[in-house]
Amino acid sequence: MAGTKWMPRWFYQLASPRWCYEFTGKLLPWCAAVAGILLVVGMVWALAFAPPDYQQGNSFRIMYIHVPSAILAQSCYMMMAIAGAIGLIWKMKVADMVAYSCAPIGASMAVIALVTGAIWGKPTWGSWWVWDARLTSMLILLFLYMGVMAMYAAMENEAMAAKAASVLALVGLVNIPIIKYSVDWWNTLHQPATFTLTEKPAMPAEMWLPLLVMVIGFYCFFAVSLMMRLRNEIIRRERRAGWVRDLIVAYPNTGKR
Amino acid sequence: MQFSSFSDFLMMDGHALYVWLSYGIAITIVIVNVALPILSRKTLVNNLARRIRRESKQQ
Repeated sequence: MAGTKWMPRWFYQLASPRWCYEFTGKLLPWCAAVAGILLVVGMVWALAFAPPDYQQGNSFRIMYIHVPSAILAQSCYMMMAIAGAIGLIWKMKVADMVAYSCAPIGASMAVIALVTGAIWGKPTWGSWWVWDARLTSMLILLFLYMGVMAMYAAMENEAMAAKAASVLALVGLVNIPIIKYSVDWWNTLHQPATFTLTEKPAMPAEMWLPLLVMVIGFYCFFAVSLMMRLRNEIIRRERRAGWVRDLIVAYPNTGKR
Repeated sequence: MQFSSFSDFLMMDGHALYVWLSYGIAITIVIVNVALPILSRKTLVNNLARRIRRESKQQ
């Protein structure tokens, strides 16, 4: 690996568990502060200050958690699959740990998206659940997450588990474009995307601005949760390394520096 | 502010159950996602510290 010059330096630094641990330790408090502020501001804005929808009334406020959690569930899946692929190709331990840490967060985001979608569907469509393309592909995403988590849980050997889980995550990647284009490919009850990169949102600014705040807030929350899980995983797997022992000896209660 | 009073805000024009249930579930899951790693970190570090103490006693 040392012979390849075309890889940037940060890629090798990221490969070092110790460097990763120290770097995320510096980043974590800032991300946590930003996530907390954005989520609180976004939620108050979404619940009290955003105008009600002219058709759906106040039930439309569910969108402010439904959309961010659905976006995050898919982004998290892509990150898990890419990290898994890096782990497979370069045998990078940290990448395996990232993939492992992504799975429970993404699964819980998929649960939020599905549950809030069901609760929103009841007053809007008159039904908690329909076997619609978007809903079904999102349910498959949750099952993929659960499959990946089951792989890690079932296999004693960490390297083998990481390999199997990464392959499953990569195969499941085909589901991501299916979720995205399900509203275009099939006749569906589900409304099309709220945010696209190419067009202006159809709703007024006072409606989509809080949504943007919530989406960024959810991404920051994801970063916080992922870094916390990753740091635990680094300590657990590197427990025999000298630097981890020094860390624990110096801070036996928290392991914090 | 879109509501004239706090009770109006809580009522959500008859959509209270749907809105508050969604937000409640989402907030709970987000908090659990932060709390669980903190708790598992405590357990992990305590176990490692105990093991290191035990090993240093044996030597």
